[in-house]
Amino acid sequence: MFKIVEKKVLGQDIKLFRIEAPAISKKAKPGMFVIVKIGEKGERIPLTINDFDPQKGTVTIVFQEVGKTTMMLGRLNEGDVIEDLVGPLGKPTEIENFGKVVCIGGGVGTAVIYPVTRGLFQAGNQVIGIVGARNKDLLIFEEEMKAFCHRLIITTDDGSKGHHGLVTDVLKQILAEEKIDRVIAIGPTIMMKFVAKTTEPFGVPTIVSLNPIMIDATGMCGVCRVNVGNETKFACVHGPEFDGHKVDFDLLMGRLNQYKEEEKIALTTL
Amino acid sequence: MEDTEKKPKRKIIPNKTKMPEQPPQERVKNFKEVPLGYSEDQAVEEATRCIQCKNRPCIEGCPVEIDIPDFIALIAERKFVEAIRKMKEKNALPAVCGRVCPQEVQCESKCTLGKKNEPVAIGRLERFIADWERENKMVQVPPLPAPRGKKVAVVGSGPAGLTVAADLAKLGFGVTIFEALHKAGGVLVYGIPEFRLPKAIVQAEVDYVKSLGAELVTNAVIGNLYTIPELLNNGFDAVFIGIGAGGPMFMDIPGENLSGVYSANEFLTRSNLMKAYLFPEYDTPIKRSRNVAVVGGGNVAMDSARTAIRLGADEVYLVYRRSREEMPARAEEAHHAEEEGLIFKFLTNPIRIIGDEKGNVKGMECLRMELGEPDASGRRRPIAVKGSEFTIDIDALIMSLGTNANPLLPASTPGLALNKWGYIVANEETGETNLKGVFAGGDIVTGGATVILAMGAGRKAARAIEKYLS
Repeated sequence: MFKIVEKKVLGQDIKLFRIEAPAISKKAKPGMFVIVKIGEKGERIPLTINDFDPQKGTVTIVFQEVGKTTMMLGRLNEGDVIEDLVGPLGKPTEIENFGKVVCIGGGVGTAVIYPVTRGLFQAGNQVIGIVGARNKDLLIFEEEMKAFCHRLIITTDDGSKGHHGLVTDVLKQILAEEKIDRVIAIGPTIMMKFVAKTTEPFGVPTIVSLNPIMIDATGMCGVCRVNVGNETKFACVHGPEFDGHKVDFDLLMGRLNQYKEEEKIALTTL
Repeated sequence: MEDTEKKPKRKIIPNKTKMPEQPPQERVKNFKEVPLGYSEDQAVEEATRCIQCKNRPCIEGCPVEIDIPDFIALIAERKFVEAIRKMKEKNALPAVCGRVCPQEVQCESKCTLGKKNEPVAIGRLERFIADWERENKMVQVPPLPAPRGKKVAVVGSGPAGLTVAADLAKLGFGVTIFEALHKAGGVLVYGIPEFRLPKAIVQAEVDYVKSLGAELVTNAVIGNLYTIPELLNNGFDAVFIGIGAGGPMFMDIPGENLSGVYSANEFLTRSNLMKAYLFPEYDTPIKRSRNVAVVGGGNVAMDSARTAIRLGADEVYLVYRRSREEMPARAEEAHHAEEEGLIFKFLTNPIRIIGDEKGNVKGMECLRMELGEPDASGRRRPIAVKGSEFTIDIDALIMSLGTNANPLLPASTPGLALNKWGYIVANEETGETNLKGVFAGGDIVTGGATVILAMGAGRKAARAIEKYLS
């Protein structure tokens, strides 16, 4: 049993939980994830860790309510418990001084690029942050990102705040003007696909954090397999971060959509 | 009458007492257990078939050395309580073993009666006596010795781990079982389907091990949450690793990552552990596919195929590259599957999986095979017939090709000796690894094998751990 010690509403349908999980908090690193399962009949979903505090013994997750499980999760309150929390899983982000890096967060992915950005900043990198969202109500972690970016650019699809357009517009401009040593992008699969496409002609190493369907998340079931450089990898143990130039994003999106009909059915049982 | 003084000569009954089972046309529509078990009278009748021969060869055939003739004699005398106590001296999980052990190649293959007739139905009797105990609420915690003040960490709560935990707890050791999933039981809960091994029974067996004093910590991925050296540095005097052979194997043919292609591990984990066959009552979904192919010929392939049938598929094919004789699955499983409508496609090997424009599987191209000379496994090697390509239309494909060692724990244990396939090197008799205080057993040592062999390895390791800590 894992107690929720803090709940915050960050934006439209976006919520933050700080959860008591002392053992996990001691091993968590940026880029790693946890599996969350609520109730006897719940499914196991992966959520990348937003933050962790080994002193307080807590880990923080941020999620957007998009399906039955995340909606049920969103109904929990401070003091409630999550039955099953497993982690930390996956490989941590490679953090070293690369030089000048661009950290891109899209939507709820911004919560996850945040600890990566902080780590890269603390490792001595020149950090440019790009945070994108559909509209200003979905923008999260702007202030936190600002604290660990030498420069932060906001983009919204509808122009309600910052640059009116996509993160890739801004990225393209930066790549054209400056020498960038590494790009890290975490967000919707389609965004990561186009970030990788944008950086490819510039030859800038690009890391993406994939979010396929998972069950056990320890390398046992293989549902999270992805094609990376024509090799099959399990995102749960080999990832979740991979070289964005080698990932077959279309295959990943197909696999992510496998249960669309069932997800609709599940919502009717809420 | 004049004969009453004489002991009547025992009459040999040639055939096993039949065990009632759900008829095929009914059971394909549910996930309830197929064989229904013996009644008390049927069990006594079967137990009476045992001739109580002197040399007791059946015991040799049992990896955990159950005193088989003794428990059977007690059943014959209707001393059911005594029979189950006798059983549990050697086997903490009889309700499981009675259902999933391949008795036909173990105890029953050695039965004296079996030389000329059918052997005694030892497995069915084991199952009966375990079920009788549970259903009559006669489960009892045996007297436990004073605590020895030594603690053992057991990593993995499958058959090997549960056996080690039970044996050591009964000897007075403090035992903590670490399980990566949210439920204990390992392959017994994620792998073997409800219709072969009801999960309530696994839960009862796990509860029994806990009642012996073993502590269970679920959601604990050892290697990530704690490492083996950390366990040894934080209060545990020894560690047993029984994490199974978790990773799924694929064929490495085009199209294997299309939507609708599953590993048997995924398909069964969805259905068994996550109860996706009850979706949407349970939240984890599973596709209700129309035409399903399962590639492989083992028990896991049978379990996958029979699960697909129960999920309502129109046609389920079992695609196996050799012939029926070489199939590693138990004959009983293949027989049950066939009764349920499984279509065997022997001497067939997939070469390519075909997808539609959305990335969903829609077909599989195969080659016909013929058998050549025996290979290293002693089975005749399948050879492709040139130009024999043909396509099977399918909307789901389950790869049941065996498993490989999961590197997650070994990779986090510096210095742990592994063989070239990544399995842990451990002494066959003791489970000792090259690291002090670290023991291992079950599939992570042997590669994919059976429940009872893992239990046998657990039994041996428990003995060695006791010796090591004394």
